[in-house]
Amino acid sequence: MKLSQKEVQHIAILARLGLSEAEIEKFRIQLSDILENFEILKQLDTTDVPPTAQSIALQNILRPDEAKSSCPVEDILANAPQREGNSFKVRAVLE
Amino acid sequence: MTDLHQLTISQAHQLLKEKKISSVELTKASLAHLDKVENKVQACVTSCKDVALEQAKEADKAISSGKIKPLTGIPALIKDVICTRGIKTTCSSRILENFVPPYDATVIKKLKSENAIIVGKTNMDEFAMGSSTENSAFFPTRNPWDMDRVPGGSSGGSAAAVATDEAIYALGSDTGGSIRQPAGFCSVVGLKPTYGRVSRFGLVAFASSLDQIGPITKDVTDCALVLNTIAGHDQQDSTSAPQPVPDFTKSLNPDIKNLRIGIPKEYFVEGMQPEVRASIEAAIKKLQEMGAKVDQEVSLPLTKYALAVYYIIAPSEASANLARYDGVKYGFSYQNTTNMWEAMEKTKQFGFGAEVKRRIMLGTYALSAGYYDAYYLKAQKVRTLIIREFKEAFEKYDALVTPTSPTVPFKLGEKMDDPVQMYLSDVCTLPINIAGLPAISIPAGFADGLPIGLQIIGKPFDEETILHIAYAYEQATDWHKRKPPV
Repeated sequence: MKLSQKEVQHIAILARLGLSEAEIEKFRIQLSDILENFEILKQLDTTDVPPTAQSIALQNILRPDEAKSSCPVEDILANAPQREGNSFKVRAVLE
Repeated sequence: MTDLHQLTISQAHQLLKEKKISSVELTKASLAHLDKVENKVQACVTSCKDVALEQAKEADKAISSGKIKPLTGIPALIKDVICTRGIKTTCSSRILENFVPPYDATVIKKLKSENAIIVGKTNMDEFAMGSSTENSAFFPTRNPWDMDRVPGGSSGGSAAAVATDEAIYALGSDTGGSIRQPAGFCSVVGLKPTYGRVSRFGLVAFASSLDQIGPITKDVTDCALVLNTIAGHDQQDSTSAPQPVPDFTKSLNPDIKNLRIGIPKEYFVEGMQPEVRASIEAAIKKLQEMGAKVDQEVSLPLTKYALAVYYIIAPSEASANLARYDGVKYGFSYQNTTNMWEAMEKTKQFGFGAEVKRRIMLGTYALSAGYYDAYYLKAQKVRTLIIREFKEAFEKYDALVTPTSPTVPFKLGEKMDDPVQMYLSDVCTLPINIAGLPAISIPAGFADGLPIGLQIIGKPFDEETILHIAYAYEQATDWHKRKPPV
């Protein structure tokens, strides 16, 4: 599986990850190499095998819907890169 | 009294209980020793002297009022992927370089409820992605047995710190071997509990279906003591298991007669170092001499698919988990633009290191339209087959024994430009995370002064049997008593 530069750029956009030209080329080669190693899975017939998302298979974890206190607003906003009052300040989404 | 920092948990506990030492004395001794060796080993990213000494005073008060628990007053180091309220938690990443968590992880709450002492946070591969601690954005940690070699990873800081007595014990996290491989490389004890045994609340997520927190300690008794404290169901982690938690120290019994131990031949991989093979074979022979029923002819043919399964599932989950570092709510945030997308892309570009970017790319690709079925879904199906294969094996055996890693610690820089070679370093440990099983690495010998680890794998929620075998082996050998030349 040889990736093209265009494919690498497309994945980077999906991940919203900025990459330099040099990184794009490095990852193109390395990811192609890693994907090559995944080909081995094609040897196995998994037609009727259900997928496993999580090994201990717990289901429907429920608890009573009770109001509890959470972290104080000031504690949370202490890490905010930009704030305005009691809110995170963000850039315009719609222009 | 001298050399307090060299004590184990059980020894320190005894002395504290008998009031022969105070927690303040012990903590000061640990911190002084940490200061002395840290410039060589570089195991810590944050030390919290003042907080630790305050906690030690509190612990002494608790002890004098008769409230002493196994970890009370004893200094610990915490891998910097576990949230500590008011103490920076960086994941050894630029993106979290100044992040101060507003809450404690559940394991930290549990340690604090016993008046444990937190002396600092340990270095790691960025976001726990790596096998050498070289992916730390800050600096690499050294292997205390040979300063030119890696301590393993990703919990390399925790393992090197325990090996050099910088703390009495440490916590690590293990997604594909990140506790066991560095424990093996540094000749200390490291346990990855069953998935769900220990709450992941407050553990910065890498691959949520694989991550577990576990102890890194100087001996097996200490490992059981730490597990006793941190294990148990937690409402704040919906994947934590409701299983009852036994007293793990009760399984520490030197008699392993008639225990059925399987040796899966696929773990003695091609490219395995002959010295490692020889040490592991000697350890197996020892277990046999001690009365265990050892079957050398076990085959787990799906083992060879585990690496591919892991490197699809872990990066896929990572790419979803790490999407949260968008520079809005916390962490590094690129400011020099008015464009939202550009800010997000540059935040990640400058905030993440090469391995993290590589895995985000890999995971995003495996989950993307057109490739999801071929990679992610396929890997999840093979995961089912691997779990079934282990389940069948455990109908015949009480535990499986393998090397922890196919090699002794490698040189700094040796594998940094070759991700596939680096990934192979975890070939013996990552199948265990795929199946969610518990496994422990214990010291099992040396080759030219470099440590070799023995891995013991158990059934789900049967940490007791692997601790039992580990304890018996430890009683019969003295590898764990050797100290690195630092």
